[in-house]
Amino acid sequence: MSSGLQIDNISMRFDLPNGGSVQALKDVSLDLKAGELMSVLGPSGCGKTTLLNIVAGFLAPTGGKIVLNGHDVQGPDAERGMVFQQGALFEWMSVRDNVRFGPDMKGMAKSESSQIVDHLLDVVGLQDFKEKMVYELSGGMQQRVALARCLANEPDVILMDEPLGALDALTREKMQSLVLKLWKETGKTIILITHSVEEALLLGERLLVMAPRPGRIHKEYRLPFADLGVGQDLREVKKHPEFGERREEILGMIWDMEEEIMGRSEGADA
Amino acid sequence: MIIQDLLSEVAAVFTSLATAVPALALYVGIILLFFVVWSFVRRMLTPKSDYTSLKTVTFGDESTVVSNTAASIISVVFIFALWGAFTGSKLMPGFLHVPGPFVGEGEFTYTLEAEDGSQDEATVTVLVHEAGSAPDLPEIEEGDGAAKNDVIAVQSYRSKLLLWDGNDEITREEGAKIVAIDGGPIGRGVAASTAVGRVALTDKGTLNIQPDTGMQMESIWLPSPESVWEKLVTISRDGYQNVTLAEHLSYSLFRVIVGFLLGAAVGIPLGYAMGLSDWFRGWFDPIVEFMRPVPPLALIPLVIIWAGIGEQGKIILLFLAALWIMAIGARSGVSGVKISKIHAAYSLGASKTQIMRHVIIPNSLPEIFTAARVAMGVCWGTVVAAELVAAEKGIGKMIVAASKFQDTDIVIMGIVLIGIIGFGIDVLMRMMEKTLVPWKGKG
Repeated sequence: MSSGLQIDNISMRFDLPNGGSVQALKDVSLDLKAGELMSVLGPSGCGKTTLLNIVAGFLAPTGGKIVLNGHDVQGPDAERGMVFQQGALFEWMSVRDNVRFGPDMKGMAKSESSQIVDHLLDVVGLQDFKEKMVYELSGGMQQRVALARCLANEPDVILMDEPLGALDALTREKMQSLVLKLWKETGKTIILITHSVEEALLLGERLLVMAPRPGRIHKEYRLPFADLGVGQDLREVKKHPEFGERREEILGMIWDMEEEIMGRSEGADA
Repeated sequence: MIIQDLLSEVAAVFTSLATAVPALALYVGIILLFFVVWSFVRRMLTPKSDYTSLKTVTFGDESTVVSNTAASIISVVFIFALWGAFTGSKLMPGFLHVPGPFVGEGEFTYTLEAEDGSQDEATVTVLVHEAGSAPDLPEIEEGDGAAKNDVIAVQSYRSKLLLWDGNDEITREEGAKIVAIDGGPIGRGVAASTAVGRVALTDKGTLNIQPDTGMQMESIWLPSPESVWEKLVTISRDGYQNVTLAEHLSYSLFRVIVGFLLGAAVGIPLGYAMGLSDWFRGWFDPIVEFMRPVPPLALIPLVIIWAGIGEQGKIILLFLAALWIMAIGARSGVSGVKISKIHAAYSLGASKTQIMRHVIIPNSLPEIFTAARVAMGVCWGTVVAAELVAAEKGIGKMIVAASKFQDTDIVIMGIVLIGIIGFGIDVLMRMMEKTLVPWKGKG
């Protein structure tokens, strides 16, 4: 039985009400080893969220399959945890009950789940906020709760859909360090979708650039920055000469794609 | 044809509205006057120095417009003051009353002219008394000359004809006629104003005496605040038409609560089914969307035909009033759940039942509470209206019965009670909302 996550020749094509059809993804194949952290970048409409939803099991692909630890993915499951941008916490529950949600659903004893909650809230630095309602917390703290809630369930794979997208720059930097720390400490396989090239470079052990229409893999990088960043000031990592180089390269790539999209739609209009 | 009729109705409405314009302008003037006075008083008191008071841009800044408590208090006190002033309330000092009706003894004179041109003057003593009391007429001297002095008793707010020639030496048949009132010349069909009030010479030559009514309202139109209060005290003690006030009120509330609970018990599951299944959505959408805009009051006749005027009919009506509101509230509560919450719950390993119990239901509660508040308000309005139409007990029944006997004080008391209870229901629902769904609007 092979461990890790295989994305095997995934295609996604669906009909539109006006009779046309959209090829959202075409022949996307990837192989993630257990414990790898991969960030995914791409212009809007390149199908990265669609891909994540297929891996999560929320969408059925029209071609190909997802294999996790040797079995096919059929639907959502606790083995694949999700962290969303915002608003996915249950605001009718306290911080503790949010984090305990997964274990509770499995029917784990309260005494056992309390230990997990205490440990994880320590890790994300929210021990003092255990009894608070989630709407009393700031955006950054809420995302810490979301991370803890996901980890409490001990998933094999964590799927992150722009988890830091709505945070301010300073909070975002802190959270990036936290993501790296959690990744190293837990050894989870993580797929992280982001719009920020810097974030993708900092956090991605592997970095996937996707291209639109049809959504496909454009280029893949293997990067040293995630390992460098663990336990180090991320601003130091950004000073690395290769970091700047890669950033310019990828920004240029995405710019070109965006311009191509604009040109194509303008051409279509004319 | 219809359009012409409607246009003339509109014209009539505008004409009567136009007469209210000076009063409204006066009211606005009084509001502004109090505002100026209060601004002055506030400056005398400790000046505020909180954050809001330091804002220089206040016009258009919604956050600076919080309801002014002083204005609210003055407004309510002013309403009671108006009420008291126009009803001659004994709760307030007399100088605050608007002029009341003339009560007591007054006089005017008339000048009689005989056919031969000779004139004589006589005095009419008018005794204006309040309703319910029948005073003895005072003894008067008849006086000399052809015209003799008269005396007459008139109830205030009423008028009375004086056959002045009853005791005179020459009568109307003999050609006598009145040519002046209080010395001022007068003709038939003309009125003069005297110390007592309006005195008109009718076409037949008699005198119509209408004592001055002042500006106060007769208690049959608007009873004074204290008489409404007294009625409240006596009716809550002795009841009205053999039914106590508590019984009237509890019947109305009972109908509302039972009707609402039944409506919620059916409407909420219906709304959930509509929010969770496209088949149920499709099935019930036409029914709900059609029934929702039908005012519950329009159903009263049908409900009476089908279920009669007993409790059943009323509860069916209130059930229908609450049902659609609750169904739509529950439906939008379910539809309003963010897909990321559902996705998160699934990838945390929750089953459908667990998602229903831990995500969908709590997420829909704020919407359901809003719907419940609306439904309770509608039910309260509907029950009163239904009782107006047909009922044996209930607060609505009480006021409609009172209106038939022109017990205006009971009618007003009932209206005030209905208002207070309606307001109380809303406050109660809001308090429950705050304690039970504190996450409302925080998602």
